[in-house]
Amino acid sequence: MKLVTAVIQPHRLDDVKAALEAAGIRGMTVSEASGYGRQRGHTEVYRGAEYTVDLVPKVRVEVLVESEAGTAVADVIVQAAQTGKIGDGKVWVVPVEDVVRVRTGERGAGAL
Amino acid sequence: MELDSGLTAWMLTSASLVLLMTPGLALFYGGMTRSKSVLNMMMMSFGAMGVVGVVYVLWGWSMSYGESVGGFFGNPFAEFGLSGGNIFAEDGSAVIVDGLPTIVDVGFQATFAIITVALISGAIADRVRFAPWLVFTAIWVTLSYFPMAHMVWSGGLLSDEGPFASIASPIDFAGGTVVHINAGVAALVLALIIGKRKGFGREPMRPHNLTLVMLGAGLLWFGWFGFNGGSAYGADGAAGLAWVNTTTATAAAILGWLVIEKIRDGHPTSLGAASGVVAGLVAVTPAAGDISPVGAIPLGLIAGALSALAVGLKYKLGYDDSLDVVGVHLVAGLWGTLALGFLATGERGLFYGGGVGQLAVQAIIALVAIVISGVVTLVIGLAIKATMGWRVAEETEVAGIDLGEHSESAYDIAPARIASEVK
Repeated sequence: MKLVTAVIQPHRLDDVKAALEAAGIRGMTVSEASGYGRQRGHTEVYRGAEYTVDLVPKVRVEVLVESEAGTAVADVIVQAAQTGKIGDGKVWVVPVEDVVRVRTGERGAGAL
Repeated sequence: MELDSGLTAWMLTSASLVLLMTPGLALFYGGMTRSKSVLNMMMMSFGAMGVVGVVYVLWGWSMSYGESVGGFFGNPFAEFGLSGGNIFAEDGSAVIVDGLPTIVDVGFQATFAIITVALISGAIADRVRFAPWLVFTAIWVTLSYFPMAHMVWSGGLLSDEGPFASIASPIDFAGGTVVHINAGVAALVLALIIGKRKGFGREPMRPHNLTLVMLGAGLLWFGWFGFNGGSAYGADGAAGLAWVNTTTATAAAILGWLVIEKIRDGHPTSLGAASGVVAGLVAVTPAAGDISPVGAIPLGLIAGALSALAVGLKYKLGYDDSLDVVGVHLVAGLWGTLALGFLATGERGLFYGGGVGQLAVQAIIALVAIVISGVVTLVIGLAIKATMGWRVAEETEVAGIDLGEHSESAYDIAPARIASEVK
C-alpha cells in the first residue's frame, strides 16, 4: 500500500477532488497547511515598508491506495492541480506497512 | 443676547461629531498595531477622553479662553470649574454670546483638546505604561494645548491680535498649529525620548486589522465635519464652505497618496487610502474656511503625496514613530498651514493676488508652534522618564502590552479556563 500526499494550491482542491473521484478513489483526508517552496511566499507593502510573508496557505491531500495505483494517483493529482505558476505544490508517494479500518478491524487492502 | 437655536443645534451636533473622532482614532490606530497591542492602543485614546474630559472643565477652558496672562495662556483660576461668571450668570442661567450659550462652546472645545492628545499616542504605541501616559496627558494638555489654543484662538501671541498680525492676519481655521503641528511635534519628541519598540526595523510590525483602520478613517472623516464645519461658528455658508473644502481636500489626498504608492510600491493599498484620508483632513483643518473648493484640490493632493513620502523618514532617520503621527500630522499640518500663504482667498494668498506677507506669517506661527510644543514636550517627557519611567518591561513588550498592562487580550485565540469558582 502507498500513501500519496499532495500539498497543493487551495483553489485547485475542488478539481483534485473531482479528478480523484473520477479515478475511482473513494476516500481522502484534506487539511489546511501553510508553507513555502522555492518562491518563499510573497511580499506585502505597508506605507512603503516591505514585509515578506514566508508561510503561504496551502491544502494537504492524503490518499491511501494499493501499491500499484500509487504513481497513477499521483499523476491524477498533478494533472488536476497544475496551473503552471510558481507555488503549485508537491506530490509524494511513500510505502505504508499496514492499514486498519477502525470500525471493523479489517487490515491491509481490505481496509482501503 | 437672544439664543440662536439653529446655531446652538449645529454646535451641539459638531461637538458630538468631534467627540466621535477619538473612538474613530482608536479604531484607526488600533488596527495598525499588532494584535497583541490593540487594546492598549485603544485605551490610550479612551484614557485621553477620561483625563482631558475632566481637566477641561476644571482649568482647561479657563486656561484657553480666560483672562490672558501676557498673551501666552489664560489664568487657570479665573474661571476654574467654569465658575467665573462668563458661562453661567448669577441666577444659574447660561450666558449667551453671539446667539450661542458659552457652555456649548466649552463642550465643543473640550473635544478638540481630547483628540489632540489622543493623536500623540500613535507615535509611542506598544511600549509605554498606561499610568505615565495618563499623567502625560494631564500635564501636556495643560502646558502645551491650552496655551496654544489661547495664543491662536483667544487673542494671544499667534492670533490676529498678536505681534505678528502687523505683517498679515494669521490664519488657523480649526487647528493646524493648535492641533496638528502641536501633536505632531509632541509625537516626534516623545518617540525620541521613549525610544524604539523592541525589534523595530528587524521584526515585522504590520497592521493586524486593516478593516478596523478603514472604519476608523471613515469615522474620522465623518467627525471632522464637526471639527471644521463647527469651527465656522455658524449654521451658514461659511460652515458649508468648510464642509465642502473638507471633503474635496480629503478626496484629493486619497488620490495623492495612492499615486505615490502606485509609482513607488506598485500597488495602491487600503492603508494608503485610509492614511490619505487623514493627511487630507489634517491639511485642510487650518484652511477649511479660507480657501476655495478648487483650491482644496491641490491642497489635498499635495498633502497626500507629501505624507506618503514622509512616512518613510522614520526608517531613514532611525526614530520609531510607530503609526506615523509625524509623517501624517506634522507634515500635513505644516503643509496646510503654509499652503494658506498661496491659497487663501480674498487677496491674501499669493495665487489670489496677495503678497508674501500671508506666507511669511503662516511660516512664523508654524515655527513658533513647533518651538513651544517641542520645548514643553521635551521637559514633560524627560521629567516623566526620570520619575515614573515610560516603558513597560522588555518581557511585557514581547509577550504583548495588552496582557501586561490591562490583563486582557483582544481576540479569543488561546483557550482559557476558569481559574477559580465563578460566583
